[in-house]
Amino acid sequence: MATAKGKGAAASTPKKAARKIRILVGKPGLDGHDRGAKIIARALRDAGVEVIYTGLHQTPEMIVSAAAQEDVDGIGLSILSGAHNYLFPRVIELLRENKMGDVVLFGGGIIPDADIPKLVKKGVDRVFTPGTTIQEIVDYVNRRIQPRK
Amino acid sequence: MTAVNAAGKEILAGNTRAAARLMRDLDDEIPAAIRTLKGLYRHTGRAYIIGVTGAPGSGKSTLVNRITTHLRTRGKSVGIVAIDPTSPFTGGAILGDRIRMQQHALDEGVFIKSLATRGHLGGLSRSTIDIVNVMDAMGKDIILIETVGVGQDEVEIVKVAHTNLVIVVPGLGDDIQAIKAGILEIADIFVVNKADRDGADKAQREIETMVSMGEYAEGDWKPPVLPTIAATDTGTAGLLDAVDRHREYIYQEKNLSRYLREKARVELVEILKTRLIGKAVADLDAHGLLDPLLADMAKKRMDPYSISEKVVNHSFAFHLLNAGKPGSGKGRGKRR
Repeated sequence: MATAKGKGAAASTPKKAARKIRILVGKPGLDGHDRGAKIIARALRDAGVEVIYTGLHQTPEMIVSAAAQEDVDGIGLSILSGAHNYLFPRVIELLRENKMGDVVLFGGGIIPDADIPKLVKKGVDRVFTPGTTIQEIVDYVNRRIQPRK
Repeated sequence: MTAVNAAGKEILAGNTRAAARLMRDLDDEIPAAIRTLKGLYRHTGRAYIIGVTGAPGSGKSTLVNRITTHLRTRGKSVGIVAIDPTSPFTGGAILGDRIRMQQHALDEGVFIKSLATRGHLGGLSRSTIDIVNVMDAMGKDIILIETVGVGQDEVEIVKVAHTNLVIVVPGLGDDIQAIKAGILEIADIFVVNKADRDGADKAQREIETMVSMGEYAEGDWKPPVLPTIAATDTGTAGLLDAVDRHREYIYQEKNLSRYLREKARVELVEILKTRLIGKAVADLDAHGLLDPLLADMAKKRMDPYSISEKVVNHSFAFHLLNAGKPGSGKGRGKRR
């Protein structure tokens, strides 16, 4: 017992600067279905991410303001209201206005396949549709999002 | 005293983005961030700091939200540091305090920073004091620190904040809870939130009884017990009046100097703790001593007490501090 304890304590003490990935998970727009967003938040937490969850009915302005104050590396939006063609590009626009173009924007929800290329062209990094496994999203975040320098 | 660097100047000029980045860097223990903070330290000490603590679900975030609204109508700028727990198993965290503070999301007079405890105990994160200092240097009038809400032993906050609010709710435990040491001893003001619930009067009476059992000399602060219903903004104005009264008390010369010294002590001790442990272990490792010592301990040929004594006795270089003559340097170290 004592051996394991001593070893563990020593191994965890020397601290090198270790950034954690910080991601804002938000629900913009008017739909009130936040189960998906909460499941993603939980899965990312379990993957070691610090998730800032901002709750329902966010405007793009609120999301970008929170992202700036929290200095996040990525933003994940859940949109089930059909307003994705407005909300995603508006968030991109605001990020650029605020010189936050390096923040990775991804999202998911009820989004027709036909809309996805347009969103990606506008700067959304990735759009997940129903049927995506949680593991795919976690893998994507781990692969694509790095803590900033 | 270290001069303010470029990043520090931007923060003093009110650049919130620069402040946000510095806060993240401090939380992530980036060495350059410490350099910036050294320069900013001289510019701290103007903000009034309010600690908000209480059990999970007692309504801390909702109350912080209400307090913020009232402070904004009084024209005060507000910084909020909201702390949530890090998962001890994965290192991840869900920081959800913003959910209840959304009405301030677009108010430039309010800056909200969510922090994860990252293994630190005592209700705060290791970086909390640093981040409060940044908000102070930014010029925030009032800084609200919402603790993680573990409930019984958040003693660190008491040294950091000018005024400590302890939130209790009816129906959480019997009267034994009210006489437990720890959280109940740190309150400058007790708040019985969710006061429309059954048992609120009883909770209030129990705390009042407990408070009245304490010994107070003439002029001592005696914590008031105030009912609120944060969900409907009932009682917030009265709570802020009590904070004002406590502020007058804490700003009395003898109380203020005691508070400032205690706060300085916590700041120094916390930083020393992190630095010294890190340095001691790194030094042992650099000299190739760490692994052999651990192996000896594993085989019971050495004990950690003797090793620690040797390390502590040999590594303190107080002569270096004396050479620098603390308090008489070029800096403005003259604070009584």
